[in-house]
Parts: sequence; C-alpha cells; structure tokens
Amino acid sequence: MSVRYAVGKVLGAFATLAFVLVFNFFLFRVVESNPVATLYRGRNLTDEQREQLTHQFGLDGSKWEQFVRYVEQTLQLNLGRSYATNQPVVDEIWAAAPQTIALVGTATLISMLVGIAMGISAGWRRGSGRDRLLTSSSMATWSTPDFWLGMILLTVFAVRLGLFPTGGIEDPTSSATGIAKLADQAWHMTLPCLTLAIAYVGEFMLVMRSSILDVMREDYLTLARAKGLRDSQVRDRHAVRNALLPSTTLIAINFGFVLSGAIAVETVFSWPGLGLLTTEALRGPDLPMLQGLFLVFSASVVVFNLIADLAYPFLDPRVRYS
Amino acid sequence: MTAVAWERRRRAARRTLTAFRADREGVAGLVVLAVFVGVALFAPLIADSDQLHAVNTTANPTWAPPSEFLPLGTDNLGRPIWDQLVYGSQVSLLVGIAATLIAIVIGTVVGVAAGFFGGWTDAVLNRLSEWFLVIPFIPLAIVLAAILGASLRNIIFVIGVTSWPVTARLVRAQVLTVKQRLYVERSRALGASSAHIMGRHILPNITPLVIANATLTVPIAILSETTLSFLGLGDPLRVSWGSMLEDAFSAGALGREAWWWYLPPGLCVIAVVLAFTLVGRALEAILDPRLRAGWRG
Repeated sequence: MSVRYAVGKVLGAFATLAFVLVFNFFLFRVVESNPVATLYRGRNLTDEQREQLTHQFGLDGSKWEQFVRYVEQTLQLNLGRSYATNQPVVDEIWAAAPQTIALVGTATLISMLVGIAMGISAGWRRGSGRDRLLTSSSMATWSTPDFWLGMILLTVFAVRLGLFPTGGIEDPTSSATGIAKLADQAWHMTLPCLTLAIAYVGEFMLVMRSSILDVMREDYLTLARAKGLRDSQVRDRHAVRNALLPSTTLIAINFGFVLSGAIAVETVFSWPGLGLLTTEALRGPDLPMLQGLFLVFSASVVVFNLIADLAYPFLDPRVRYS
Repeated sequence: MTAVAWERRRRAARRTLTAFRADREGVAGLVVLAVFVGVALFAPLIADSDQLHAVNTTANPTWAPPSEFLPLGTDNLGRPIWDQLVYGSQVSLLVGIAATLIAIVIGTVVGVAAGFFGGWTDAVLNRLSEWFLVIPFIPLAIVLAAILGASLRNIIFVIGVTSWPVTARLVRAQVLTVKQRLYVERSRALGASSAHIMGRHILPNITPLVIANATLTVPIAILSETTLSFLGLGDPLRVSWGSMLEDAFSAGALGREAWWWYLPPGLCVIAVVLAFTLVGRALEAILDPRLRAGWRG
C-alpha cells in the first residue's frame, strides 16, 4: 500500500470529522432559540442566575466564540451536560455504549455469517428453488421495519409463550453475580438480538449473492473447472474468495453503524443502550445529549470506513498496485 | 423537439412497457401499489375520518378485537383500526413520494453538475455527497426532526435532504459516460451551448436511470417515515402507520396482546415497501444499461 494512499484516506477521514463537528455546532446553535428560557419556563430567575446558566450551557459570547469553545471542549472530550440529568454527556454515553456494542455487535456478527453463507448458496445455484426462496425471504425481511419485527417477536415469545423476558437487561429482583448475572443478561439479550439479526441478514445475503453472480462469468472459474476441480472446490477456493471483497466493505460499514443501528429496537425492548438514550433525549429535547450522541454515531462510522479503506489494499492486490 | 425524436422516444417507451409486462414480480408489485394508491385516494369513500378522533368514538368499545368491532377492531380510545389504517396510507405514500422527489431533484442537480462540469465543482460536490453518505441517516433525521419540530412538512424535508447522495453518485457516473459519446462531441463542435447539450443530450439519457432509482428510493423513505413516526417525530395531528405503532406501543398493546392494533400497520408497510422494491428492480433491470444484459437475475 502506498503511503500516499493511506495518508490521503486518513486526511479525508479527518476532513469528514471536521465537517461533522461544524455541522453539529451550527445545526444546534443556529436553529435553537434559547434553551435557558425553555428549560426554566415559568420560574423566576434573577439576571445573575440567568447569566450563570447561559454560561454553563456555553451559550454566551458571539457565535464565533461559542464555536471556538465548542471545538476546544469537544477535543477534550467534554460534550457538555445533559439538560435532563445535569450529568456530563460523555459519562452517560460511556455508560450506555457497552450494552449497545454487545447487542448490535452480536447481531451483526450472526447476520454476517448466516447472510454470507445464504448468499453463496443462493448465488451458486442461481434460479433454483433454494435461490428463489432465499432471495424472496431476504427481500421480505429487508422490507420489514425492524422495531415492528421486535414487537411481534416480543408478543409471541415473551408475552404469549413466556419463554423470554419482555424487556430490560437483567432481572431487577435477582441478586445474581458473576456467571449467573451474565447468563441472565444474555437471556434478556436473545430476543432483541434475534430481531436485529433477522433485520440485517437480508442485506448481507443479497450483496453476497450478487457478488457471486458477478464472479461466475470470470475466466478463472472456467479454468478451475477445466483443471478438473470439484464443484465445491471451485466455489470455495476461487469464487467465494473473490466474491467476499464487496462484502468486506459492507461489513466494515455495518460495524460503523453498530452504535446507532438499534435506536427503535432498543426502545421496544427497553434495552439500556445508546438507542434508548437517544429516545429519552428526544423527549426534552435534551439537545446537548442529542448533539453528543450524533457526534459519537458519526465518528464511529467515519472510523470504520477508514478501517475498510485501509484494509482494502491488503485484501485486493488490484487496488494495491494500481 | 423534432417529430423524429418523439417517434423514437415513443418506440423506446413501448419497448420498456413490453419488457416490464414480461417481469412477473414487477407486475405483481405494480398491482399491489395500485391497490394502495386507490385506497389512499378514495379514503373518504371507504373510511370515516371523524372516527380518527377520540372525541367522536366514545360510543365505540375500547380494546375491541375484530370479532367485536368490524372489520379490524378498535384501539384503547375506541378509534377503529380500519379507519386509521386507510388514512395512514395517505401519509405513508405522501411522505414516501414527496421526500423522494426532493431527494431526486437534489441528487440529479448535484450529480449532473459534478459530472458535467468536472474539476473543482466535481471535487467539492463529491466531498459533500461523501459527507452525507457517512453521516448515519436515522440519527441525522432524528436530530433534524427534533430541532425543526414534528410536522408533516418537516418530516418530508428531513427525509428528502438526507436521501440524495446515492442518486447523486449514480447520476454523476452516468453523466460521465454520456459526456464521452460521439454525438455530444459533435454537438459541441457545432457550437452548442452547455445548456443545449444538457437539455437535449444529457438529461434525456439519464432520465430512465433516475426513474428507476426514484422507485427504489420511495420504499426507503417510507421505512424512514415509519421509524421516525414510531419515535414520536411524526406529525402529531395526522395518523400514519408509524404513529399507529407508536400509539399501540405506548398504550401497552403488546402486554395485552392487542395484535389487531399493531399487526396490520406493519403488514401494510411491508406490502408497500416490497411492492415499490419489486417495481424498482424490474425497471432497473430494463432501464439501467449496466444490467440490461440480464445476467444479474
């Protein structure tokens, strides 16, 4: 990989982050009128208190001064305080992130493995009954709102059959620790995780299928067959390896969306992650919290896109040498 | 426009129509869409909009399953599910189509400008689309909707201005290939202005692609509307399939197993989204030159 390529990609990622920062600032400042007045509506504030609050929210001074201060604070990982709880936004995001990473990360991994296997099997026998079944069911799950699927699974498996809990991350009445506690959490995670895995699997399947179809016409497959390789060897050694390239990009992008991917599903299952934090912040609206969440969501996508860009030359020699 | 050109375009349209008829999935999608558009347009004939408001439904039973209140039961305030479902189709289709129009217009203008002018314009516009592609879509829409306030107009605007980059990229790529064609060079050599080339050569050539892409953008816009409305960012004064799901969820319909309330809106979303996708894929297979060979299946 040329140094120039890598430096270009890294600089591009920084430019995107800078854009997100500027965008984030103006989005919330230019439109927003006066949060101090909104939050303390109906209460008598002395001028002194009002000034102090305005300062605390970083709303005093000119827009330019505010912007400089905003950038400085963000670089020091100070995202302000939540209007709702008066806790630092960073702390709340930090506390909620692991639950989201566990839930959505697991779901992404499962759907990735299952989806890619389904895509290979469907694409390799294009037009077969299995292909038609897998393709149409993938399109059906792609068309389903994920949170609605969650509502249905919740009704069937938790409310009606009582097999799983109806929400939350652990049994609040239990005092289990260690392994038992983890098992309880995993049990609570099953339904939301299944929901997300079903919601994501279709995209992986469809992308993998169409990349298999793309490589099917390549000469090296004809050559591999001419060499007398068995069908499964042609598929696994030659077709799948090349067809996996577009999927790696999709995988990286999907991992970038792990943090922000489950806002509505977390709400349905009251899963205490970043998604639930977002819906709660919407109620105020708790602007510093929304602003902080949006920044973290965007940064995660930028970082994973950069990883995909940097990994690509290692996976595809054609990019390395061009 | 000369008569010859019109004749050629009529023939091309007829060819497209014949090819589309041969696509069974596309035709099935179109039939489903026709049903939903019919329901949305003739909503006042088959449903009663007065019944959408709890003040008018005090005589109805609450939480009534379909067996007790025809045809689809009622919600926690006695509002019939059927009337909400019928009027909800208006909002979902309107938001889907209007937001797509905004996205397509922005995407086409950006894509044509980037592809046609190249150089600095291209670099700047490319960067801009890349930014919008990277920013997570639903959180951006949530933030915009939270700041602008919940209304039908805002939700259309929010989905529209966040959905254009894919169209812009597609259009740009197509403009780049059309620009290289001999007839464009010939036209330029004969002294044609940029406006003339764009209007006579570039735009007619990218229109089919834009139409196919628009058909595939509508379902994404409808899914976004459903999610945003479920999160409480929809128009509080109008019922949509997403807002029905929100009402059902916050009223505790899941615990009461009031499936007749939240099952139908989800099924309607799936049907409409799937129908648009099938029609869009059929159109894409016919109109997108890269897929015309038909090997993608």
